[in-house]
Amino acid sequence: MSTQRRIEEKLTEAFAPTVLEVVNESHRHAGHAGSPGTGESHFAVRMTSPAFAGLSRIERQRRVYAVLAEELKGPVHALSLSLDGSEGGG
Amino acid sequence: MDEQVRERIQGEVDGGDVVLFMKGTPVFPQCGFSAAVVQVLNHLNVPFKGINVLEDDSIRQGIKDFSSWPTIPQLYVKGEFVGGCDIIREMFETGELAEMLQTKGVDVQLQA
Repeated sequence: MSTQRRIEEKLTEAFAPTVLEVVNESHRHAGHAGSPGTGESHFAVRMTSPAFAGLSRIERQRRVYAVLAEELKGPVHALSLSLDGSEGGG
Repeated sequence: MDEQVRERIQGEVDGGDVVLFMKGTPVFPQCGFSAAVVQVLNHLNVPFKGINVLEDDSIRQGIKDFSSWPTIPQLYVKGEFVGGCDIIREMFETGELAEMLQTKGVDVQLQA
């Protein structure tokens, strides 16, 4: 399974998001120092989930980092997160 | 984490009002995410101290354990962890960052 697909599956399972967008941005970092050149190293996630309602920004990101801990230790070099509670506020 | 490393990090965090653990230096950031936070702080004319984690592997690993946060950059204001690149950018865009800095007694000057 691709890293992107695995990220999508894990986030779907953990947060039941109403909006989930996982974008592979690895091509934008190809050739940087620290870029492994695997084509699956840099991702951006945009997600809305009722699970984030009432949580601080730090707490939302911590929960996502926890779910993707394995990926972050392995193939994923950078993960950009934009997380919303479904109440519509930031 | 090694107790010595924790003490060193605590010393850095307490050593200034606004402290940024980053890859590279404020003048020469070596990572786009670190550069983005530097840009925000410069835009607000906030004096800050940059700690280059690339110069010290124990700090580079230790800061992740220190804050239970797996990524760099990390911004601290008056000893408190505020967030990484995504959070700082969001807070800047909504005006919360300037407000929070002012509340904590840090001088902010929005560039005209």
